[in-house]
Amino acid sequence: MDSIGVLMACPMNSYLEQQLDKRFKLFRFWTVPDKSSFLNSNKDSIQAVAGNATAGADAELIEALPKLEIVANFSVGLDKIDLAKCKEKGIRVTNTPDVLTEDVADLAIGLMLAVLRKLCESDRYVRSGKWKKGDYMLTTKFTGKKVGIIGLGRIGMAIAKRAEAFSCPISYYSRNEKPEINYKYYPSVVELAAYCDILVVACPLTKETHHIVNRDVINALGPKGVLINIGRGPHVEEPELVSALFEHRLGGAGLDVFENEPYVPEELFGLDNVVLLPHVGSGTVETREAMADLVIGNLEAHFQKKPLLTPVV
Amino acid sequence: MESIGVLMACPMNPYLEQELDKRFTLHRFWKVPEKSTFLSTHSNSIRAVVGNAFAGADAQLIEALPKLEIVASFSVGLDKIDLAKCKEKGIRVTNTPDVLTEDVADLAIGLILAVLRNLCECDRYVRSGKWKKGSYMLTTKFTGKRVGIIGLGRIGMAIAKRAEAFSCPISYHSRTEKPETKYKYYPSVVELAANCDILVIACSLTEETRHIVNRKVIDALGAEGVLINIGRGPHVDEPELVSALVERRIGGAGLDVFEHEPEVPEELFGLDNVVLLPHVGSGTVETRKDMADLVLGNLEAHFLKKPLLTPVI
Repeated sequence: MDSIGVLMACPMNSYLEQQLDKRFKLFRFWTVPDKSSFLNSNKDSIQAVAGNATAGADAELIEALPKLEIVANFSVGLDKIDLAKCKEKGIRVTNTPDVLTEDVADLAIGLMLAVLRKLCESDRYVRSGKWKKGDYMLTTKFTGKKVGIIGLGRIGMAIAKRAEAFSCPISYYSRNEKPEINYKYYPSVVELAAYCDILVVACPLTKETHHIVNRDVINALGPKGVLINIGRGPHVEEPELVSALFEHRLGGAGLDVFENEPYVPEELFGLDNVVLLPHVGSGTVETREAMADLVIGNLEAHFQKKPLLTPVV
Repeated sequence: MESIGVLMACPMNPYLEQELDKRFTLHRFWKVPEKSTFLSTHSNSIRAVVGNAFAGADAQLIEALPKLEIVASFSVGLDKIDLAKCKEKGIRVTNTPDVLTEDVADLAIGLILAVLRNLCECDRYVRSGKWKKGSYMLTTKFTGKRVGIIGLGRIGMAIAKRAEAFSCPISYHSRTEKPETKYKYYPSVVELAANCDILVIACSLTEETRHIVNRKVIDALGAEGVLINIGRGPHVDEPELVSALVERRIGGAGLDVFEHEPEVPEELFGLDNVVLLPHVGSGTVETRKDMADLVLGNLEAHFLKKPLLTPVI
């Protein structure tokens, strides 16, 4: 398969890069100075694209690659791929579900505890020597708080399972109610936000869910409410979130994702009721290796004309 | 009851202080310039001492207060109280069990996630602008890691329940095996440490458990192991822990308690694999109020000759 051209959209994982280099003819898109000439010159040899949460395959790229057969995503989110265009052209699409579910759910709980119990601020307090001058302030209990989840898919369910161990009543919003589940359903995100103490974004990013957390939702969540985002930055209307936090209309936020990564609104840096992470949801050694193996496995299956491991389209 | 003298050992909670002031004659021990003169002068009016994790009632204080009838601790730990002397003199002792169990267990899980997923480091990484220059390194998955608990009391069981939701196999060491739980028992702390990935200290501090985590245990836990201490600083041989961390003989540590609070070994400040908290285990608004109400309730019950709410002796 050495002659099969695979275009890697951006740097994502050294092990994956290495493996793709070994098995295919790997093109590293981010090292190309003139992208349009490059695509022109190599369009007949590129049969696959490997994308991730940062860069994938938009309509323009797809049109520029007439021999493209498969887009294998190094993420479970598909928002950087023009799925309609792929369907139209018969291009296969795969992602990395399941292998990252636990890590992302773990991080959601980690963010909740970090925000409510001010773990990062407390750690800073010790390291700066302030503890010698007085005790740290009191924070807020996590156990028993009402957790509301937007999107009850694999990740949403894994978050619910963990939060239940902390006696958190679980409620959710989803495109359709899931009566087989014991959790309380709310038919709108605003109602969910009004009811719960901690609102977690865990749905895919699509046209419909863009800015699903807007000013109305933030106001409904309120000055004691906490927003946790382990989905995608564009799920939240970021300027609205920033002003709500600043003006204390929202109690706090734990954010792993932002609208324009790696740019994070600097107004947040001075706040003690936010925890800001650099999109590390699935960022463990174990999980990234499992994700890489899935990408490689999907590509090999495709080019060997075997069934794809985790097809989306 | 206004004429009853209550000695508060150190500042611990404004609400508790206020309420004690209202109901009793409150003496704030930390404001007294000459402690022995003070005790001499007031030895006949002080009938109760309110202590906490920081200061309680040692043999010397007990001897100096011939009218002492009850020591009510604003903590569940009793290591600052000379229990033998209290028994000898028929002095009642109360603490604050149950109301703080969940907060302390929540913090233990928070520390585990913060250490394994480098949450505080990641937050620093974003706020310092480093994310613009590159992604954060990969960390370690929490789900499925083996959690070993020293002491399977209320807090130990609450930690186990939470960790189980993360599919963590649970094992423990305790003075006696508890066959009614399904967790794996190890007859020694060294064996427990050798067989788990995350070792949590959740037992009471007594003469027997002082330095229960020593060099042997730290070595057994090993270079990939993580130590979590939400018990008492003296549970751990602190200089040994510090050199193990600096020399990378142990993978990481999440510490809420230290041998000489509020002093924390400064060699730890430069490490990225430790999370240091200023003894905030039960430090939420909700729980400290519940603890204060228990202290007040126990004192009132005693002086009204009613059954104590949470007696230890």
